[in-house]
Amino acid sequence: MAGGFVYNAVDQTSLSTAEIYGKALADIIVRDPKVVAITADLAKSTKLGDVLKVCPERVINVGIAEQDMFGVAAGMAKAGIIPFISGFSAFTSMRACDQLHTDICYQNVNAKIIATHSGTSFGQAGSTHHAITDLAIVRAMPNMTLIVPADGYETANAVNAAYDNFGPYYIRINRGFDRVLYENMDYGFEVGKAVTIKEGTDITVIACGSCVFQAKQAAEFLENSDGLKVRVLNMHTIKPIDREAIMKAVSETRRIITVEDHSVIGGLGSAVAEVVVDGGKACAFKMLGHPDRFAPIGLHEDIMAEVGIDANGIINAVREVMKKDFEEDDNWDDEF
Amino acid sequence: MALEKQEWLALEKKAYELRKLCLQTVVWAGSGHFGGGMSVMDLLTVMYHKYLNIKVDEPQWEDRDRFILSKGHAAIAYAPVLCDKGFNSIEMLKTFNLSGSKMGMHLDSNKVVGVDASTGSLGHGPSIAAGTALAARILGKDYLTYVCTGDGELGEGSNWEGFMTMNHYELSNCIVFVDRNHCMIDGPTEQVMKLEPLADKFTAFGFNTLVVDGNNINELCGAIDEAVERSKVKQNPTCIIMDTKKAAGIKSMEGNYLSHYGAFDDETYAKYLEEIEEDYKERCARCEKEGK
Repeated sequence: MAGGFVYNAVDQTSLSTAEIYGKALADIIVRDPKVVAITADLAKSTKLGDVLKVCPERVINVGIAEQDMFGVAAGMAKAGIIPFISGFSAFTSMRACDQLHTDICYQNVNAKIIATHSGTSFGQAGSTHHAITDLAIVRAMPNMTLIVPADGYETANAVNAAYDNFGPYYIRINRGFDRVLYENMDYGFEVGKAVTIKEGTDITVIACGSCVFQAKQAAEFLENSDGLKVRVLNMHTIKPIDREAIMKAVSETRRIITVEDHSVIGGLGSAVAEVVVDGGKACAFKMLGHPDRFAPIGLHEDIMAEVGIDANGIINAVREVMKKDFEEDDNWDDEF
Repeated sequence: MALEKQEWLALEKKAYELRKLCLQTVVWAGSGHFGGGMSVMDLLTVMYHKYLNIKVDEPQWEDRDRFILSKGHAAIAYAPVLCDKGFNSIEMLKTFNLSGSKMGMHLDSNKVVGVDASTGSLGHGPSIAAGTALAARILGKDYLTYVCTGDGELGEGSNWEGFMTMNHYELSNCIVFVDRNHCMIDGPTEQVMKLEPLADKFTAFGFNTLVVDGNNINELCGAIDEAVERSKVKQNPTCIIMDTKKAAGIKSMEGNYLSHYGAFDDETYAKYLEEIEEDYKERCARCEKEGK
């Protein structure tokens, strides 16, 4: 493997983002009597164990009924409660789509959705449990803030931000086995502001979720092997997206690659492309993500490798885009 | 517990006035869901003029009773009730359905004062109501939550998810109404999609199930009184199946599924008003005869 990157199943168990979500919510729920956790028979799977320990009376299980879960949450939120809904993203985005749209977003209630097992992180479960269209669906809903944390620390930051700010939040995390990107929570997380993981001037890789770690690895490898200065942005907030960081990347690197564990239709890549097109300045652009087909079955890392959203895939894409020539444009800098 | 005659007469008068205002709204709007609006008008009347503990000058009062109209298309009846009550102006009602209005065919709780949930997509009300009632328990509040679904609406499986939650959490502080007007857009319910035995379904789902004439204010209030009394103890919830007539009060259209949505000309409007007047007189006569 060109990138020399290691991602195996052996060390996954100690790296659960969902467990960190559970701990973050447990901290909040003991402080605030108006916070309630709601789940649809997935308290264990979505790691609500810590919440159950500290406050079992405020964990509401509605059974296997996602539509009900969202309606119940909306009713609670209207009455002054801050509900944290936990469920698999395939179901929180699709099974209860109408409730998410109408009960949560249209009514603009203060409900928080923690969507686990996103992308192909539950890879072996097959397409019934993959969520590669959730960003496209959820992003299109007015009033929604959409965050895709890159690791456990960022998940804790996102959960805290969701609690601190009014309105619907959808936090899309994985099955729980992400690589650790940050050393701690203090790296300046701010909703709607991309985090620069690595500075660079040749090309910008914009990633979210589990792909951020892969992008970082790819960038470090390319610097050593190809001498390329690859900028890596962790675009944790898909909506509202950081237009400034994107246009800065267009201006300063003129090449952008987006990487996501999601369909190339409607997700991070589309969101970035919308900003670029609207900005009026062309740049080389490539989207990495799931092509327009259902994902294969397998371990998350195997699927990521096959689809080309791992470090190897990113390295190949960067090399390809770097081969492209640009016409000279003397006025380029003046137009910004 | 029967109504006192004077109260019964007063509620009949209010229901009569609101029926007329509903018809007037159809005229202002150009068209409307008047059939399903009229069938549920007696419930809306007793809710907003007898049962709901609400404050018009403090619509978001956190201890208020909640009313969730799951059959959101009955807004053509609900909006007149809310405007007549004083939550919104009659001037606003004149804009119902019109471009730029705050009042669309289905009411938006963020735009129309007094609306507890934005409904219109069917099958959402029961879960929202269950959440509202659960919130009362969690927050230690005494308010009651009422929710009204249509009968054809019960085809949406999500309703039954909500009913299961109400039963599981013993939400007797949540009272369910079904507007059993026997009609849906494409025809009679039993032809389009069988609902019977409907009461048995609710009983099987754990409800204390009552079946009443939903267009008889005295009978309806008797059932609501029982449900309210039961709400004082945490136990299984009550469902009141209101046997009603589509377009109730407009004699020539009563029971006709074609009244689901429509418009009418001046002549028909005048005829419908006469029929509502006639119906009101009959209701008063019944009240005089049966009331105590």
